[in-house]
Amino acid sequence: MPSTGTKVRAAEAGHYGKDIRSDLHVAIEPREGGGLEITLESRVAPYYGNSILTQTRQTLEGLGVKHARVAVHDEGALPFVISARIETAAKRAGLASGQKSLPDKVVLPEPSARDRLRRSRLYLPGSEPKYFINASLHGPDAIILDLEDSVHHGEKDAARILVRNTLRAVDFGACERMVRINQLPLGLEDLVEIIPEAPDLVLIPKVERPEQVAEIDRMIVELKARSGINRPIWLMPILESALGIEYAMPIAAASPNVVALTIGLEDYTADMGVVKTREGGESLYARTRLVNAAKALGLQAIDSVFGDVGDLDGLRHWGENSRALGFEGMGCIHPSQIPVIHEAFTPSQAEIDKAQKIVAAFEDAQQRGLGVVSLGSKMIDPPVVQRALKLVARAKAMGKVNS
Amino acid sequence: MPERVELAQNAAGRSVPTMVNGKPQIPYIGVGKYQPRGRKQAPPIRSNKDYPDSGDKRVPDLETALRNCGLHDGMVISNHHHLRDGDRVALMMLEAAARIGVKDLMWFPSASFPSQQSAIALMERGVIHHIEGSMNGPLGDYCTQGKMRGMGVLRSHGGRWQAIQDGEVHIDIAVIAAPTADTFGDADGSHGKSACGSLGFALADSMYADHVIVVTDNLVPFPCIPWQIQGNNVDAVVEVESIGDPAKIVSGTTQITRSPDRLRIAEFVARFLRDAGIMKNGFSFQAGAGGIALAFVDYLRRMMKEDGVKARFVRGGSTKYLVDLLQEGLTDYILDGQTFDLDAVKSIAGDPRHVPTSPFTSYNYHGKGSFASMVDAVVLGATEVDVNFNGNVVTHSDGRLLHGIGGWQNCLAAGCTILAVPSFRDRIPVIVDEVTTLTGPGELIDVVVTERGIAINPLRKDLLDAVKGSKLPIRPIQDIKAEVERICGGKPTRPKLGDRPVAVVKWVDGTVLDTVWQVSA
Repeated sequence: MPSTGTKVRAAEAGHYGKDIRSDLHVAIEPREGGGLEITLESRVAPYYGNSILTQTRQTLEGLGVKHARVAVHDEGALPFVISARIETAAKRAGLASGQKSLPDKVVLPEPSARDRLRRSRLYLPGSEPKYFINASLHGPDAIILDLEDSVHHGEKDAARILVRNTLRAVDFGACERMVRINQLPLGLEDLVEIIPEAPDLVLIPKVERPEQVAEIDRMIVELKARSGINRPIWLMPILESALGIEYAMPIAAASPNVVALTIGLEDYTADMGVVKTREGGESLYARTRLVNAAKALGLQAIDSVFGDVGDLDGLRHWGENSRALGFEGMGCIHPSQIPVIHEAFTPSQAEIDKAQKIVAAFEDAQQRGLGVVSLGSKMIDPPVVQRALKLVARAKAMGKVNS
Repeated sequence: MPERVELAQNAAGRSVPTMVNGKPQIPYIGVGKYQPRGRKQAPPIRSNKDYPDSGDKRVPDLETALRNCGLHDGMVISNHHHLRDGDRVALMMLEAAARIGVKDLMWFPSASFPSQQSAIALMERGVIHHIEGSMNGPLGDYCTQGKMRGMGVLRSHGGRWQAIQDGEVHIDIAVIAAPTADTFGDADGSHGKSACGSLGFALADSMYADHVIVVTDNLVPFPCIPWQIQGNNVDAVVEVESIGDPAKIVSGTTQITRSPDRLRIAEFVARFLRDAGIMKNGFSFQAGAGGIALAFVDYLRRMMKEDGVKARFVRGGSTKYLVDLLQEGLTDYILDGQTFDLDAVKSIAGDPRHVPTSPFTSYNYHGKGSFASMVDAVVLGATEVDVNFNGNVVTHSDGRLLHGIGGWQNCLAAGCTILAVPSFRDRIPVIVDEVTTLTGPGELIDVVVTERGIAINPLRKDLLDAVKGSKLPIRPIQDIKAEVERICGGKPTRPKLGDRPVAVVKWVDGTVLDTVWQVSA
């Protein structure tokens, strides 16, 4: 039995039931001898019953679990979910300490660029495996595997292991792979589990002081070195309180790995004791302050989520306003929000056309060695040229301009 | 228990019984190959002198009506399924037959529903010998576990008409639930507290059965207008308190799916019709009432508006979404086979452009054409589709009966047949090497749309050319299948099917396309 001296007990993990899909429930009852006795109930038993039994046995053996009764109740879980649930149950049973059951790894996408498009980021609750596999099909710029608010306190350990396996086994295509960790100290356990799987970006919740960012950055640097990760893992602090907003600038400057600041409006309005409205006047100061701090350091400013999934017109309105304030994207909680957000954060064709003319005039002036850029009879100021260059670059990234 | 059966291999390579319930069968020989001969069946000649001059054919109750029609052992009795899971008349009929004490009936519904599972007890008691008609849920399991005495026969809506008119099935007594009827037997489905819209599925029964009984909970003085069922074919009229549960006959408001994956499939289908040039002025289409189909209609409606395109007709199963098209002037007509929700029932009752049809006009393959082949595009579901585009809609991948064929086989005649399916369900891949039960030949299935991509049948070079340059993810079917198998952790094990036939799947021409094999409980 386990050498660590932890108390061994019966334990379970995962979910089953009529309304559960793509998950499974594992109950482990450790015993002194008699080997592994595995029972399986599964809605896909005729097709994958043997495969699930084999995987269960191999996973347990790999985790060093030798003697236990194990009842598996499967609702069509994919292999990376099966191994996560078994590992969680084993650890909760006081077995498999320090062991991992890692699924096959998909090829990692290219490292994510510092200033890549981040118009939409789709939140995926870290304990809901059914949403993972098809999330990228809906074309968000990023997905966020969430370990924080969407995960019940008693499920943090399970979600951490599931998210780790997901980062390893699920192909998210062109999406940036983000993880929202918990606040410290819980967040450290999250980082230990996920950093070896090289997420592209870590969202740090409820940041109020630059020291919080610096501390997490140090931990990530150390964990990266330990597991030989040498691609960037960017940081996006979430400011969710009056204090956090007031420290926006130092927080943004706390690490060179910070690429964007974002705001959490539910917590912020709660902290302020104000009501969150569809127009958002109550958070205008906080949002503009955040945008200003981000831009001052050349970072992206990303808006909060729009909570009413049914109100796509409201979302469009919010998104357009948000872009006008200087934000470059926002969060989404349902795939139907993605195209609306993309449209809201995409410059209009008229804006793009005008910017392209300015860029052409600028290039022409450079070729001819002229110091002054002019378009028709008008002289174009350098900041206008700079804005046009940025806009055209962004429009290109959005596929709105042929390069 | 069914007798030992001889098996033959049909043109699709499927092993099928040559004898079903004592009748010789023709194995499927290919699409459009079987050439029927002879004349249609007809009911016996009757005389006005045997019916009251007043036209009042009322009989106090269904038991009396069945006795008057001479119900006896071994007869074939039929119902329609327009009242869906809310129907009370079929069980009323079967229980009256049990009280009369007859045995070995063949029940011939146009479809059965889970609420009719007490038919199992009547089979156990010997009242019903077997069922020919779609079976699912408990009835489906009873059949696939080999407990039914005769073999199940699954026919499409058009195939049921064909079997009746060609004399393959002779209906002794048809019992027709009617949301409105007059004392002469004229009947209609569009009005009354149990209104269900069209009564088209009952039309063949009313024309070809030896005896016809109309059961209604909304008796009106002659004439019942409109009269989709004509009293001149009817022997008796029975008035009852209730023919069904209105809440289960039609749904209140049909809801579009909120599943992002299914919405994506629906949007792909609509964009496919636009990009392939099928969505153009004067076109026609048919889609069912499933979640994907409804969402598809909604996407298509927006695209039609954007492009200023109008359809000449759309085919129901009708719902609010088709009614919206009609009311917004995006189609001239709805030609309706069945009416699913309150908005659609209201529309068919009040709008002359919303027209009830029957399997004869829409689907019957042994006629002088049918609407099915005149529809430009049809959007259907499936349990499985294989790499040769063959489709299965009747069984789960483990061989248990799941669905009736409905109009599915008949719709394959459309100009462009699209299967809109998720690429996997609960880890079970939908695209397989070979379908468990062949329901539709791949040569008639043109496009498979999944959330991961769209596969076009290589036989349809015209469609492949038409969507060149489209931004849609057009991919070889093998490619999508391989990706899904990677996700699901390998190919699924093929379940072991028994070697005893428990039901057959008929093709639209009455030949036997495939066999449903016994599955252990």
